[in-house]
Order: sequence, then C-alpha cells, then structure tokens
Amino acid sequence: MASETLLARITDYSSRPDPYPLYAELREAGPVVRQADGSYLVGTYHEIAALLHDPRMSVDPRTRGAEAQQLPFLRLDDPEHHRLRTLAMRPFGPPHTPHRVDGMREEIDRITRELLDSLGAGERIDLVDDFAYPLPVTVICRLLGVPREDEPLFRAWSDALVAAADVRPGSDTTETDKAGEQAKMEMGGYLVNLAEQRRGKPSDDMLSAFVNEPDPALRLSREELAETAILLLIAGHETTVNLITNGVLTLLRRPDQLDLLRRRPDLLPRAVEELLRFEPPVHMRERIPRADVDVAGTTLPEGASVVLVLASGNRDPKRFDEPDRFDPTRPDNQHFGFGSGIHLCYGGPLARIEAYSALGALLPRLGTARLVEDPPPYRQNAMLRGPRHLPLHL
Amino acid sequence: MPADLKEGRIVVVGASLAGLRAAEALREEGFTGSLTVVGDEPHAPYDRPPLSKQVLLGQATAETTELPMRRDPDAEWRLGVRATGLDLLGKRVLLEDGESLPYDRVLIATGTRARPWPHEDEAALDGVFTLRSREDGAGLAERLAERPERVLVIGGGFTGSEIASACRELGVQVTVTERGPAPLVGALGGTLSKLAAVMQRNNGVDLRTGVTVTALNGNGSFTGAELSDGSRVDADVCVAALGAIRNVEWLADSGLAAGPRGIACDAGCRAFNMYGIVTDDVFVAGDVSRFPHPLFGYQLLSLEHWGNAVEQAEVAAHNMVNPGPLQRPHLAVPVFWSTQFGLNIKSVGVPTYSDHVVIAQGSLEARRLAMVYGYKGRVTAAVTVDMAKSLDYYRHLIETAAAFPPPPGAADRAIAADVTIPSDVPDPSVLSHGPTVALTGHLPDRRLTVV
Repeated sequence: MASETLLARITDYSSRPDPYPLYAELREAGPVVRQADGSYLVGTYHEIAALLHDPRMSVDPRTRGAEAQQLPFLRLDDPEHHRLRTLAMRPFGPPHTPHRVDGMREEIDRITRELLDSLGAGERIDLVDDFAYPLPVTVICRLLGVPREDEPLFRAWSDALVAAADVRPGSDTTETDKAGEQAKMEMGGYLVNLAEQRRGKPSDDMLSAFVNEPDPALRLSREELAETAILLLIAGHETTVNLITNGVLTLLRRPDQLDLLRRRPDLLPRAVEELLRFEPPVHMRERIPRADVDVAGTTLPEGASVVLVLASGNRDPKRFDEPDRFDPTRPDNQHFGFGSGIHLCYGGPLARIEAYSALGALLPRLGTARLVEDPPPYRQNAMLRGPRHLPLHL
Repeated sequence: MPADLKEGRIVVVGASLAGLRAAEALREEGFTGSLTVVGDEPHAPYDRPPLSKQVLLGQATAETTELPMRRDPDAEWRLGVRATGLDLLGKRVLLEDGESLPYDRVLIATGTRARPWPHEDEAALDGVFTLRSREDGAGLAERLAERPERVLVIGGGFTGSEIASACRELGVQVTVTERGPAPLVGALGGTLSKLAAVMQRNNGVDLRTGVTVTALNGNGSFTGAELSDGSRVDADVCVAALGAIRNVEWLADSGLAAGPRGIACDAGCRAFNMYGIVTDDVFVAGDVSRFPHPLFGYQLLSLEHWGNAVEQAEVAAHNMVNPGPLQRPHLAVPVFWSTQFGLNIKSVGVPTYSDHVVIAQGSLEARRLAMVYGYKGRVTAAVTVDMAKSLDYYRHLIETAAAFPPPPGAADRAIAADVTIPSDVPDPSVLSHGPTVALTGHLPDRRLTVV
C-alpha cells in the first residue's frame, strides 16, 4: 500500500520544498496510518490534539526501548519533565521572571536594525545567513550568556545534534547517532564550563541564574544543567530562523498579502500566528504510547513510534477553512506551530517577539524585493523544515 | 426570515461579562438593529475574578478591572438603572426610572449578587463586608491595606478561601468558619477538601469547621463574632462569603420560569415560561440561567463560572439572530479556576455530579495532581492542582463519556490510580455558603409555580 511509505516519502529530501500534497494524502489515508516499519503517522488535527494532550503518550525514547542516560526535558515525561521545565522556567518566564522576554524587545529591535543596516540596498543577499540566522542566535546568546563569537563552535555541535534527532525511516543512523552523542558531550561541557565561570559572579543571563540559585532544592545538577542549556541554545536558534525565513518566502510569493501587511502593520501579530500554522518551523514530533491507546478506531500499540505530523494538522480542512490559503486575518487560529499540551514550546513568547521584530523591520523593504530562486534550497532536516538559503534582491 | 432577525430592537438586561460578550457577539453575527444594554451598576462592564485576588493583594485596584471590548458593540448603554419588570405580551423591559424599553428580542443576563449576612443590623456594622462588586472589592482591599488584627471569613467556598489566602499573603491573621466538614467540600468533594483544609492550616489560617456564626458583635463597628460551639472570635473585619443570590426578583410578575435557582432555559438559551413552554424572544445567559446539559443527565445546571458566562452569551447571541435550524446548543463543558495558597486549581466538568473519584496523576503529597470524578462508571469531571495542562485530556474523556476510572498508562500515574473512593459531595444545604454549581433538574422545584 502506498500509504505505508508515506513517512519515507515525506522525509525524502525531494519532498522538502512542498510536503503539503503528501500531508493531504496522509489525512486522506488516516487518521492513523501504519508504516511498513511498524511506526504510525497521524496527520489530522483533532487526533493530533488528543494525542498531544494524552498523558499515556510518552516523549521518552526509552519507552520504545532506546538507550539513553540523560535526556533534556523535551524528551522526558512527568514528573521529571515538570520538575526540570519548572526549574528552567524560573529565570525565563512567569511567575518568577515575568519581564525577561518582554524586557528584551528593545534589544531585539536594536539587533534587527544593526543586521538590516549592514545589508545595504540593491544588493543580493542570503536572508538566512545574513539575517534570519544571526538574529535569533545573537538573542539566545545574550539570553543564556554564551559568547556570540563562539557561534562556529556551537553551530557544528548543533548541526550534529539536530541531524541525530531528525526522523529518518529506513536509513542507518549509527554514524549520525554517534556524532550526535559526541557533540552533546562537547557542547554540554562547553556550556557547563561557561556557567561555572559565573558561579559567585552572576551577570544578567540564564546560565548565571542556574548556577547561582541559592535554594539547593531548586538547583540543576551538572548533567541537568548541560542537557537544559543545550536544549535552550539549540531550540533558541534552529527554529526561529525557519519562522523568519518562511515568513519572508511566504510573503514574497503573495504580493497581495504582503501589500496588505505593508498597509496594515497592526495585522503583524495575527500574520505571525498564521505563519506558524501555514509554514511551521517544526513539522513533526514523535510520541510513544505507554499503553495501548485507541485513536479513531485504531490501536496504537504500547512502545510503538508514533509520528504526529503537526504541519499536516495545521492544514486539516476539518479544522481550518481553506487551510491551504495564507490569510493573516484568519480568526480562530489555534495552530500547532508551538505544539500543544505539557510540552508546548517553552520559548514561544520569545519566538513571537523575534518574528514581530524581524518581519516588522523587513516589511518596508520587501516591496521591491524579489526571490532569486523559488523554491529555494532547503535544509536536509524534515522535522525542522526550512530553507537553507533564501537568496533575495533587496 | 433570516434578514429580519439581523434587524429590529434587542435589549440586553445586565451589563457585566455575559451582557458585554453577548452585545459584541450580536454585532459579530451581523445584527444591525438597535441594541440597548441595561445595567444597575453605574460602571462599564468589569471583570470580577481579580476582586478576590489581585485587588485584595494591592496588585491592582478595583477601578482597573474594566473588561476590554473585543469590538465596539455600538450599543446604547443604560447604566445605573435597574430593570424592574418584563412585559412579555407588550414586549417591554420596565426600568426603575419609569421608562420602558420596547424590544423584539431580549437577553436576560442579570447575574447574581452576594448573599448578605442575614441579620440586617449586624450586617450594617462598620467592617462587615460581602464581596461581589467593584465597591466591595475596593472597600475590603482598603481595610486589608490597613493591616487589621484579624479578619473573620464566614464560609469556606471559593470566594471565602481566596479571601483567606489573600489575608495570609498580606500577613493578616484570618479565621475561616465553615458549617461543613472542610473548605471547598461542596464544590470538590471529600478528598480535595481535606487538601484544602491542610493548605489553609499550613498557611496559618485559623480554620473552624462544623460550626456556624451565631452573632456578629459590635457597637457601630464590628468587633467579633459568636460561634455555635460557644467560642468567640475577636476580629475587626468580617467578610460574609455565603454564596450568591440570583437577580430574578424583577421577573416575579413576568410569567417566566424564574426562581431562586435562576431562570430555566433550553439548550439554545431560550427562556421557559412558568408553564414550561419555551419562549422564542426571551433569552438567558450567565449566572442567572439554568440550562439542561446532556453530559450531566439533562439536569438543569446553574453555573457561576466566568467561562460559562462568555460561552453561553455567545450562543445566546447567535441564536437571537439566526432562525431555528441554524441555532446552536450551549454544550460547553463547564470549566472554572481558582488560585489560593499558592495553588492553581482548575476544574472541568461537574465534580458534584459524581459518586466516586480517583487520583489519576500526581499525588496529594506533591501538591500536584489530577483528580478524576466518575458517576455510574463514566468520567464526569476532573480537577487539577498545579497541573492545568492535563485538563484537556480529561475534558476529552468527559466529552466522550469515557469509562471511569481512566485507563492505565498515564505519565506520573498515582500509585492508587485504580482505587476509586467515594466522592463525598455533601448536600449543599449543610454548607455555610451556596453552591457555585447547582444541579437542579431532578429536584422538586416548587418555585416554578410561584410566579
């Protein structure tokens, strides 16, 4: 059956520019579609929502027998997930640090301006390398307390880790897994070392806050600190780059919508929500049932790998009217751009502010911009999908 | 004739959350006729939940809780004027200033008011409060800011418990009296009420259960109270948190099915008249309504919930301007929240519609848990303590009438997640305070014949 190869076809690199017809095929074959390798795909909105909220659906790879010593909270279930996420949230968001993200608006706007000023006019640029990547990287470095000039170092680690975490059915993952483990060790050591330098000498960043927590009950262990810092650094810059790049690509493909936003910049927050639905930075997440779980007449067996295709749920016509239309005025837009349930994106509020700043500042310059190639070259990654480069004439 | 329904005259009686949301929704639905909103309070619609939380703590002032408008409802606001009657035949709302407002369709959203301390002289003592209105919140906040020696809270429901929590957070001594066996027992049943009692005592509340207040003392100013166990409490502030009274008196002669439990309406928010015949031009929404719900045995529910006011108002507005076949039922699963003693309590479904409970996730010891309520073998409610993101799963179980107890396999599953225990929801009449959720359908209701 053709539907048994859907995941392989979705993750095949040739599908990267436009996976959406395959998602439509998935929803048509679904809601739950078994793959030849015994994994399951779910691509319909309501079923994805139910599974994202189901406490029987684990994110921990050990639930399907994988070996792992230490894991970040993104891949842990409650109560460990709750404990670690709560500790990681203390220096980042409410209730303990309610003003951190909001307080960064001005700085983010300044970084945006500096990057745009360096671009010049009438030139050919790569939106990814010249703008959409450096912006969130600079922000997350500032937030965590990581030197910006170390970027080449952690970029290599990050590439290896993200490749190891990708969905690649049927391919031999021994090498990428090994490279990922190695990168994780080195990156963890690097970040813990940075944090240790601030012990007793706190500066206004999150690594400082983690090592200078006075209450022993609220402290992260060395391993937990490494896992958490790696997660925040990677998540902080591998995803927002897609959001900004997809945003520009989507608008340049739709001059009428671009024109609307240029006339009505007040629509920008809603446009960003629509982008998160229409071209989300994260396309898939894996879950593993901790018991047999019935979904729409199919049993997901305990221990199976279940891939929730969030980007497909975002295009489900049973949930969204005209789902394939990009509509910045769309009402009732409860998308999966940041996931849902207990693993709802930790950094979502920061990503939104970065996207407002980036797209808001770019809007006046996009009127005369044009794409050099369409579709642009994409990153290998199917889960964190986005253009590797976006050449533009500004 | 759909076109006609988008035109004409609509009067909304009640200018609070439900009234405002209905007015906005009417315009959203394309209503182009004249819209009048009548409210007895002199204020634009404002939000009440902060009045027992942020306002008492001094984090916000009572004047700042005005509700943001989703859109300009383009309405004529008749504020500070009480509605005194409804003429169903003449299709008029009668106002206390002698005027009457003609209508084609009317929405009743008059809500509730605080149940006062029953002895008028004692209730009039300086320092004796109830908490419902903006003025109540401002007055009580002012007293708490003066750091009284002790506050007496009569009634251990949600409002009373939140007030006690605010007092402790401010460092003010507080005594809570509750006629039932524990705080929140009427809403959450036996097990969680024990947690509520522990939280109160651990936070320094002088909690007295199984007692009633027999008299409030004072000569001009409140000085203390006598309790039914013979003891007395010296305090300089008293808050009677006795629950709510539905604002239905103005409908006594209207011929509607209006009584102390509210105004009965169908799932489409259309009011019943005293003969149980549904009207087609009188709609009801919010705390003052009682409506049938298929998930809870079609009993008539009255809910004093913020979320219900919003959702029911939107359904009522839709149905006021759409013909029968396009009308929608109000089927939302009830949801409410409370914050007290550092805990975030959220509820979905109707916990009092239950015979057994299990702790499905977390534990009482961790102060973080999901308690699931079942009735005759199906899930009917869930309450989370500091676990709000789990609520959607349990809402799904309620909506799909899933078997109780919930299936195994949940992360952070409680050790005794299979062991169901009685839910121990008492008869509301044993409590100091009125219920915030009342199941009324199967109870003989004499009030239906009063009007």
